[in-house]
Amino acid sequence: MDEKTILELSQCFHCGDPCKKEIISFEEKSFCCNGCKTVYELFSENDLTCYYDLQSSPGAIPKDIEGKYDFLSQQNIIEKLTEFDDGETQIVTLSIPYIHCSSCIWILENLNKLNKHITSSQVNFGKKNVRITYNSKKYSLKEVVLLLCSIGYEPYISLEDFKTGQQNINRSLIYKVAIAGFAFGNVMFLSFPEYFEVGEFWIDQYKHTFRWLMFLFSLPVVFYSGSDYFISAYKGLRAKMLNIDVPIALGIAVLFLRSTSDILFDLGSGFFDSLTGLVFFLLLGRYFQQKTYQYLSFERDYKSYFPIAVTKIEMYGTELPIQVYDIQKGDRLLIRNEELIPVDGILIKGNASIDYGFVTGESATVLKQSGDKLFAGGRQTTGIIEMEVLKSVEQSYLTQLWSNDVFNKNRLDSFTTLTNVISKRFTIAVLSITCIATLFWLVVDPSKALNVFTSVLIIACPCALALAAPFTLGNVLRIFGKLQFYLKNASVIEKLAAIDTIIFDKTGTITSSKKSTAVYEGVEFSESEEILLKNTLRGSNHVLSRSLYDILDVNNIITLDHFEEHMGKGIEAKFHSDSMKVGSSSFVGTTEEMAVLNTVVHVSSNNRYKGKFIFHNKYRKGLSRLFNRLKQQYDLAILSGDNEGERDYLKKMLPTKTKLLFNQKPVDKLEYIQYHQTEGANVLMIGDGLNDAGALAQSDVGIAISENVNVFSPACDAILEASKLRHLHMYLQMSKTAIKIIKWSFILSLMYNVVGIYFAVTGQLEPVIAAILMPLSSISVVIFTTVATNISARKLE
Amino acid sequence: MSVIYVLLTISIIIAVVFFVAFIFAVKNGQYDDSYTPSIRMLFEDELVKDQSKPSIKTKKTN
Repeated sequence: MDEKTILELSQCFHCGDPCKKEIISFEEKSFCCNGCKTVYELFSENDLTCYYDLQSSPGAIPKDIEGKYDFLSQQNIIEKLTEFDDGETQIVTLSIPYIHCSSCIWILENLNKLNKHITSSQVNFGKKNVRITYNSKKYSLKEVVLLLCSIGYEPYISLEDFKTGQQNINRSLIYKVAIAGFAFGNVMFLSFPEYFEVGEFWIDQYKHTFRWLMFLFSLPVVFYSGSDYFISAYKGLRAKMLNIDVPIALGIAVLFLRSTSDILFDLGSGFFDSLTGLVFFLLLGRYFQQKTYQYLSFERDYKSYFPIAVTKIEMYGTELPIQVYDIQKGDRLLIRNEELIPVDGILIKGNASIDYGFVTGESATVLKQSGDKLFAGGRQTTGIIEMEVLKSVEQSYLTQLWSNDVFNKNRLDSFTTLTNVISKRFTIAVLSITCIATLFWLVVDPSKALNVFTSVLIIACPCALALAAPFTLGNVLRIFGKLQFYLKNASVIEKLAAIDTIIFDKTGTITSSKKSTAVYEGVEFSESEEILLKNTLRGSNHVLSRSLYDILDVNNIITLDHFEEHMGKGIEAKFHSDSMKVGSSSFVGTTEEMAVLNTVVHVSSNNRYKGKFIFHNKYRKGLSRLFNRLKQQYDLAILSGDNEGERDYLKKMLPTKTKLLFNQKPVDKLEYIQYHQTEGANVLMIGDGLNDAGALAQSDVGIAISENVNVFSPACDAILEASKLRHLHMYLQMSKTAIKIIKWSFILSLMYNVVGIYFAVTGQLEPVIAAILMPLSSISVVIFTTVATNISARKLE
Repeated sequence: MSVIYVLLTISIIIAVVFFVAFIFAVKNGQYDDSYTPSIRMLFEDELVKDQSKPSIKTKKTN
């Protein structure tokens, strides 16, 4: 057997994961688990094996979801989730984060072959959702969702969907661009004859018709397409700010009035070509800048993490699905395996092993006994528990963070863009040139004064200036997107360029959340002890045993004579005459008191203490190199919610200047950033969990690190794929370069303005000059920015 | 009336018809998802293959 076939055999045919424990063979194909095999069987029965032809091993392992979607049989929940319901046909749009390839689209659009009550289904790949039409009399919403789960496409239904219902898509920008483009094209054709052959007989006869047609075409451009500029200029003036839209709005208005009066009094052909072209190019710039990642959300709060409903236990033991918002103090809730605890409460029944990864970013699970307090946001990881509610959703510890003011303030307003800074000076300069030139001509030749006055305002209209930033930033936004760095909008780039302080969260951000390494300290194991240890760990399902098992080398598999797992203490095993204990210090029987704060597992053999495994976080690749690169330009700090166990290790690894703060609560992190900001720092926060949500919102730029961008991250300005963290310095450098490029294109467009203003103040501005200068300057600025950003992006790999 | 007015009217009417058609297309959401249709288009072959399978079977039984 050659290497390739071995590789193929050991890889699951359905999901592509390596088959670790055992290989399940079916129809000469190997599967990693029964779940994958079942999905394959289902597809092959229904003639849907094309799924595997389009893309090799495209599937996901179906999860155990028993009882999780019981709430979908409630009428009021169905009503809010479905977008159409006439009693027989229902249409629902479900978000499925797993959608990632063409096979996914194919299988989801062939759902009707799996069940005949599904009429049709349509995937939107960009939004990662599927719109399903089905016969609700024969097939319920719950069954649709369960069908999706059974083939590995579990939909994501959250409180957020529940509240907003159907969204309205705003397409007004497309309409505006379309109208401006349409008018621009037609006006160009109509104005073309008059550019050259002035004084010919047929032009003289028809030019009035042409001019009035152009006037008609320009009306919707000025009053609909350009309306945003007037509104924005008005708002700017009211706030006593000369933003870039002030000279633009002035330019549009003067262009329109001057052109109209020109054709009204038969003074010339007007500037309708420049007017429509200007608005068209400006709107194109806006459209280009508006790159959105539809499947990512940058505005999530706790609502998107929580399920819509949980199971409430009624007085006589009956189970009832209840909406999260309806949970009241004193209710008894049933939390199943892998379910999220939505409210604070007290554990009543069952073994709770809670993963607070969502809240703290720590991946370790916490064991709780009945009577212990449970906090909202934890995920139950073993079996079913019952709890009594202490606080409602809004009052819970986790959700209280969102009542902080940071989450309510609109941060765009307080930020002045580079364009607005320039435009302030620009507007003042243009207005003073206009006044001086008009005054001059009033003295020399009053008949030309009005002409010059309008000409200067027309030619100085900062079209190219206004295009420089959108095209540069829009292009950088796209380049970053290709490199798995997703920004909320273009202004984030400008803010990134101004950053001088970078604060990192520890767990999950600079450490990888899944992997950990362990160091052994103590007496060396003999060979037989090593085999026994490995086999002892093999039997246990505890998180620590599993990760220790993965770290140790493979040994012979032996059958243990005796194996016992003590909940919350450790494991015990016997083989022939040897015995072994693995677990906490008291269980193993060591007197050694531990001052170490790290997670530790102790081992004893034949009741003799051997040593301990100390778990360290596994830091992401290239971290110390990244920090060394960043230290020259930025202040660095690490804020961790964790204890100080890793302090020495971090000190060794990172530059000495780096500040290390431990035991930071979510609010502490927020306040720390606030404090630095009052001292004038521009703070970049890099975090991952919900515990960083406050800090991410407070910082100037908040970047959420995500191991899988399809999974949900807290509200932030940008989402960065975890493996790309080591390139952070390059992204920051690129943002700075982008600002430089914008500045250069400002200079370029100002040069065009100088040339134009020369024509204008000397009273020689012909419509044809304006019609050449305006597109020429815009297009050359666009070409310059695009080429310059693409060249500098090559350094980013 | 000169022929140029007739031509102007016709050309503008045609242009406006296409423009309105575009606006309606946008309004109906045809441009909302510009990626999935490009993939969906490629599936047609696969579907034909699926349908041909049962037809072969029926031939054999006959």
